[in-house]
Amino acid sequence: MTCWREILTRLLMAAVTVIVGVFFSAVLVRYAPGFGTDERQLDARLSGESIEAIRREMAGEQNVAAYFVDAVQKLKQGDLGTSRAFHRPVRDLLTERGWVTIHLLGAGLGVAWAAAILVVMASWLSGSAALARTSSLGSGMLLCLPAGAIALLLIVADGPACLALALVVYPKIYRYLTNLVVSAGRTPHVLAARAKGISNARLLAWHVVPAIRREVVALTGVSLGMALSAAIPVEAFCGIPGIGQLAWQAALARDVPVLTMVSLVVIASTVLANSGADLLADQSRHAT
Amino acid sequence: MKAIRIFALSIASLIVLPATVGSLLPEYDYSRQDRTNISTGASSEHWLGTDALGRDRLARLFHGTRVSLTLAPAAAVLSVFLALAIGAAPGFVGGASERLAKRLIDLMLSVPWLFLLLIVRASLPLDLSPMVSAMVTFSILGLLGWGVPARILMARSREIRESEFVLLARASGVSRWRLLSAHVAPNLGTVLLAQFWIAVPVYILAEANLSLLGLGVSEPMPSLGSLLREMESVLTLRGDICNFVALVVLVLLVGSLQLAFNSSEVN
Repeated sequence: MTCWREILTRLLMAAVTVIVGVFFSAVLVRYAPGFGTDERQLDARLSGESIEAIRREMAGEQNVAAYFVDAVQKLKQGDLGTSRAFHRPVRDLLTERGWVTIHLLGAGLGVAWAAAILVVMASWLSGSAALARTSSLGSGMLLCLPAGAIALLLIVADGPACLALALVVYPKIYRYLTNLVVSAGRTPHVLAARAKGISNARLLAWHVVPAIRREVVALTGVSLGMALSAAIPVEAFCGIPGIGQLAWQAALARDVPVLTMVSLVVIASTVLANSGADLLADQSRHAT
Repeated sequence: MKAIRIFALSIASLIVLPATVGSLLPEYDYSRQDRTNISTGASSEHWLGTDALGRDRLARLFHGTRVSLTLAPAAAVLSVFLALAIGAAPGFVGGASERLAKRLIDLMLSVPWLFLLLIVRASLPLDLSPMVSAMVTFSILGLLGWGVPARILMARSREIRESEFVLLARASGVSRWRLLSAHVAPNLGTVLLAQFWIAVPVYILAEANLSLLGLGVSEPMPSLGSLLREMESVLTLRGDICNFVALVVLVLLVGSLQLAFNSSEVN
């Protein structure tokens, strides 16, 4: 009963966060000084009537509350609106591009997590300070590079786009994991076990991993948010037609319907991933 | 650790000082175009070569570094002040305001902020002057980047609220103003300063990402991020090593700032 109540509470909180988040994004766009400016109005080929029609089209988005309520009502009927820049239903755009981004995120996050776990495990098992320093330096250097620059360098090296995403997310996961493992390694029971001569591998498997399991599960949710942010420059520069590239193109074209729906998808994915990960982490804590 | 910090600060100084001095010299004009030398490599006239418009890369690097180093700390000040108001103040007061602020911070942290930056920056007028675009870009970074510092400041101010010295001060009848100025502010000051120094390299990188996407500081004004846009052409990248100088300077600057003001050390 308590478990179901907890799940429902988290789902409710996630729904509220998503609604407030999307409304917040819409408000930010609406009250930005350049809102209502459409480059098409400068097109000399368009007649006066066409320009007036464009102005009327934009006027529907002037009242942010009315626009938001209208969008929610259409959303209930499965209508996500029509893109001004792509002249296509937003629903089709999101469906097509969603799968591309899911594949990219899956591959990128898989590589990043695998690399981070391997490096942290290797540092722990070998106990080598040199390896720990080298991997820390490597992750530190990657943290100093903008995601866009990493994507561009990968293009020059003819590397896959998922590797660019992995290189952006890896240092953050590595840092979190290292901090977790180091702090777990300093706990009294681990120090006592080490003093008794238990091997590093056994310490890791029986004492460190169970202690940090909850945080690692929570980190998986957080890493999705990191990967989604990194997906924008990676998709934009590597020419991958995913949600990140769509957001970038919509931002450049000031396409409010697409921007609002992309915000909805991105915020909902992040919030649900975080809530799911937190819930799993809580379950594992209750189980132990 | 002190030696590493000194080393990092020395590297940062080696970038900051020439950039500041160089950008003040009249011969290093970032917008002057040399039509006889377009996309050239390093020479005695142009030490780092010229870009596709014949502008001196070294002059643009000096000015770009100065713009980033002036505006990123300004954005960091803005976000730290917002974090103080939204995180630290409710954290110290407690109750409903703390719960509300916590929800607001969770909301801010749940939105991938590059998406938010992209949306807001793209909604700005098309005819902004370069200087205004630079200020607006960094202001947006400051206005949207308060989530993480607010969470940390809230946790710290909650600790202070529940600490024994504050309880003792309250029990002794110390006025609210004196409590804040004599007991809370000094204990919050170091965390504030740490959050400021952590935010500076983060904002330099965020501006670089925005500029690479064409939504940062407008041309012809350079910033460390906008200089990286030259890298967009793969052919340019493969041509001349001078194209990488801005990236190297960015990595060294951000790296040295992160190393010098490492969060685990200053917190």
